[in-house]
Amino acid sequence: MRKATSESTSHPVLIFWIVVGWVGYVLLPWYGVEDFYSLEWLADGWPLDPDYGPAAVLITMGQKLWLAPMLLALVAPLAVMRRPKSDPVFARVLVVAGAFGFGWLVAQGLGIGLRGFAFGWLEALFGPLQDRQFGMGYGALLTVTAFLFLLTQGIAARGAVKGDVFVASAIGGVIAVVAIFVFFPIAKMLLAAFATEGGGYSVAGFFPKFIDGRIWGLGCLSGGRCGAAWNSLFLAVLVGVLTTLLGLAFALVLTRSGFRFKRSLRALTVLPIITPPFVIGLAIILLFGLSGAVTTTVASVLGLEATRWVYGMPGVLIAQTLAFTPIAFLVLIGVVEGVSPSMEEAAQTLRAGRWQIFRTVSLPLMRPGLANAFLLGFIESMADFGNPLVLGGNFDVLSTEIFFAIVGAQYDQSRAAILAVVLLGFTLGAFYLQRFWLGRKSYTTVTGKGDAGVHPAMPTGLALPVYGIVALWSGFTLVVYGMILYGSVVQLWGVDDTLTFKHYLTAFRIDWGENGLRWTGSAWDSFWTTVLIATIAAPPTAAIGLVTAYLLTRQDFAGKRGFEFGTMLSFAIPGTVIGVSYIMAFNVPPIEITGTGLILVISFVFRNMPVGVRAGIASMSQLDKSLDESSLTLGANSWQTFRAVILPLLRPAILAALVYSFVRAMTAISAVIFLVSARYDMATSYIIGRVENNDYGLAIAYSTALIFVMLAAVGLLQLLVGRTEIGRRTSHGEGH
Amino acid sequence: MKTATLATGILAATTALSGTAALADLNLYCSAQEEWCQIMEKSFEEATGIDVAMTRKSSGETYAQVQAEAANPKGDVWWGGTGDPHLQAAEEDLTEPYVSPMRDQLHPWAIAQAESAGDKTIGIYSGALGFGYNTDMLAKAGLPAPACWEDLTKPEYKGMVQMANPNSSGTAYTTLATMVQLFGEDGGFDYMKRLHVNINQYTKSGSAPIKAAGQGETLIGIVFMHDAVAQTVAGFPIATVAPCEGTGYEIGSMSIIKGARNMDEAKQFYDWALSVEAQDLALQVNAFQVMSNVGAAKSDKAPDFATIKLIDYDFKKYGSSDERKRLLSKWDNDVSTLPQ
Repeated sequence: MRKATSESTSHPVLIFWIVVGWVGYVLLPWYGVEDFYSLEWLADGWPLDPDYGPAAVLITMGQKLWLAPMLLALVAPLAVMRRPKSDPVFARVLVVAGAFGFGWLVAQGLGIGLRGFAFGWLEALFGPLQDRQFGMGYGALLTVTAFLFLLTQGIAARGAVKGDVFVASAIGGVIAVVAIFVFFPIAKMLLAAFATEGGGYSVAGFFPKFIDGRIWGLGCLSGGRCGAAWNSLFLAVLVGVLTTLLGLAFALVLTRSGFRFKRSLRALTVLPIITPPFVIGLAIILLFGLSGAVTTTVASVLGLEATRWVYGMPGVLIAQTLAFTPIAFLVLIGVVEGVSPSMEEAAQTLRAGRWQIFRTVSLPLMRPGLANAFLLGFIESMADFGNPLVLGGNFDVLSTEIFFAIVGAQYDQSRAAILAVVLLGFTLGAFYLQRFWLGRKSYTTVTGKGDAGVHPAMPTGLALPVYGIVALWSGFTLVVYGMILYGSVVQLWGVDDTLTFKHYLTAFRIDWGENGLRWTGSAWDSFWTTVLIATIAAPPTAAIGLVTAYLLTRQDFAGKRGFEFGTMLSFAIPGTVIGVSYIMAFNVPPIEITGTGLILVISFVFRNMPVGVRAGIASMSQLDKSLDESSLTLGANSWQTFRAVILPLLRPAILAALVYSFVRAMTAISAVIFLVSARYDMATSYIIGRVENNDYGLAIAYSTALIFVMLAAVGLLQLLVGRTEIGRRTSHGEGH
Repeated sequence: MKTATLATGILAATTALSGTAALADLNLYCSAQEEWCQIMEKSFEEATGIDVAMTRKSSGETYAQVQAEAANPKGDVWWGGTGDPHLQAAEEDLTEPYVSPMRDQLHPWAIAQAESAGDKTIGIYSGALGFGYNTDMLAKAGLPAPACWEDLTKPEYKGMVQMANPNSSGTAYTTLATMVQLFGEDGGFDYMKRLHVNINQYTKSGSAPIKAAGQGETLIGIVFMHDAVAQTVAGFPIATVAPCEGTGYEIGSMSIIKGARNMDEAKQFYDWALSVEAQDLALQVNAFQVMSNVGAAKSDKAPDFATIKLIDYDFKKYGSSDERKRLLSKWDNDVSTLPQ
């Protein structure tokens, strides 16, 4: 792949993908008939059984003839294998073959389904089809991937993205998976916004529903109630600002102060994201509710009557700020650490005061972190569903309205889709606002030059309030978690305070039986499934996220903005909508994966990927491009540069993405409700079942156990990924 | 060669995760509480040897799933959960008509439910609407115990009554429809308006008001009486009230999903679920509904249907989507917008 070899006529990457395509077409079963993933097909009639046959065998037997044209696209690249890359024929053949093969495969998959032709007009055109086809399997999967990468190699050979095969393939790959697992299901769902009651589609029905007073009403300005849209917007802005400020405060204490217990503080800040839903809400009710400890104490001290003040905006704001500050912190810590001390030292030498340095040098350089943290807080708040459900009172927000439009007494999917459009609109707005604020400035501080500085401590005027806020918030977090721990060891939370371990026993009992260890606790099944799925989902989430971030910060290509927004989309949409849209999209061929663990993994990967993207972008915009350039000048290609130069500098971002995706897979609920199945039940859906059944003790005990598991996992990941070693003197003489 | 390693890894992971639930002989969607669902699953497996894969979701969620899966159904039989989503599914032709030989053993209300839906669903249990209050809070505030619907509108309970939002909860929609049938349409809406003044919160989920009452977050919660009894049994200071004017009820239902892949097993489950043997299981899991088989045992803790004045609830009319949309939008426009 080096310059020296690129003119020669051997293309190892090309040959690899051609082989993959042929293997998929000739050897592996084309369709994913039930139980086929269990490799039973090897012993069960393959390759001649029509259910398990590879495409080539099926065609020879005269079946599924619509698969035949793809053969052309597999043969054509063989003809140009010996041609040099610079030959225009080489590029043209690859582009045409890849595009045709890919397009045909997708088209036949969508066009022919379980009941013959999937669309009326196809049947009108060709007459009814006697045959049918199932969801795609290994064969189709390999072949379609091969076509995609043949296409991207052709495009690269034509000179796009400077002829870089890795970049072209990465862009093509990310676009393809985002299109399949984000755009396709969401488009299917949003189409419902224009659905009429008769089953057709109409734009006319959209507007009366869209301008509904329950969405846009402004009654709260005159003492009444506001529409869900305004409530959501207002709440999300507040949560975004608060979480960013708190996250910054924690990041500053950890990087720019002589604080001694940094490790424990770090653990404390990530605690809330590793907390399953509902638990924080319940703890807040026990503290601040009508009969809550704080409310009753304050009321009796001041001689006031206890009120339900916490239900509504205040409660949701407290809970969300608590829950989402860690995300802001995870994004900001990388950025705040990454700001180059040399810049600050330069300012110091120029006799700037500490406060002046912070305001005019450090803070502006943290802008990408602040903007990304705000964006994540804003979006999380918009899409959050558990906290408004428990604490919302009569304060309606979009996410709960969407959920109940789907599962509530209205059964109105088109209303849900319309609300989702409103929510997406806000997210899009926040996204562009953030870009506008960052502007076209450069935030690069990590360059290839020696950078052995120390971050200056915070100016005193800033340090005091920051310490105050951090102390107060840490105290509050500790109280909340103390309550949760306590709730798991009492008989009945809030009513009967006798200490007991029975909740843990019910959930996690282990017996020694005749056949050795027996996991008799009722929670083990969902527990192991959850751990397995979270573990599998984390690496691809981080990988796709970081590759995307690399493309966005380092490469220029047409449609980059749209590409960037596309990758944020799945995050912005409430999980409920994702859940239902995944069922609608992936329950029927060409991709039939409902009821499997795979659909859970995929939904987690694409829902949490944006955090990897954001963290990656924030960190990468600090790395000087000259690092890449020197690597490229020294003869490395862009893949080697990415792997050997950029990745090691991105350790905090990798860690953030891995931790976040692992943890969210264990604590997410809204999408999961629709995707769990008998065999793949998840911890959160088990916990919700317990809460519905008044088993608070069991639910909280399970949650507490999960918290400890996740803490251990976070620690382990931190060890595995390691820290970024930017050559700096240890700060403040104490070390990290 | 990294790519190859990666590909192998992905393939291995895919294999580990992709077994579907199709190994089971019956896919059961269950919308009752977790314990009840589990005991139904296990007992049916023991009784017949048929392997059951059970998925528990609330009735609204199950309805949304059945609807989304309509083109390629994955479930066979849907057991439990309030009747309206079952009726809605029948109306949309998502479920299969079936006349069970067990029918002659059932209460008339269970069969009426089936007949109103063209045999596409059937009643398995019923529960009456009522309310519960927190006895500790009542004693502390020195208030009289409420006994009738009318009591809930009295000024001394201002800001102390909680009910669910009829737009999001089937329980609250049943409340609305009950008032309309009990007091007439005008009288019913007049009642809802007067009640609105005393409501401190319209919750999203149907059973949330009584849980809030259990935790001391509201004095009174309007819910199904068996939910209130379950709170008492769980140890919370809750008293359950059957309103003196009479009250409506829900019929928990069961339907076979149209296009079920295991139709024979689904029918076998259906017949079994209507038997005395299966319905007696309810008592083992503290489910205090009245079961639809005439011979099923009753708990002494359960609300006694003989002493409750039940109205003649018209499920066909009030379960239809047109009537529901009309009542909900009327409630939205006339009641929920009023000042409190």
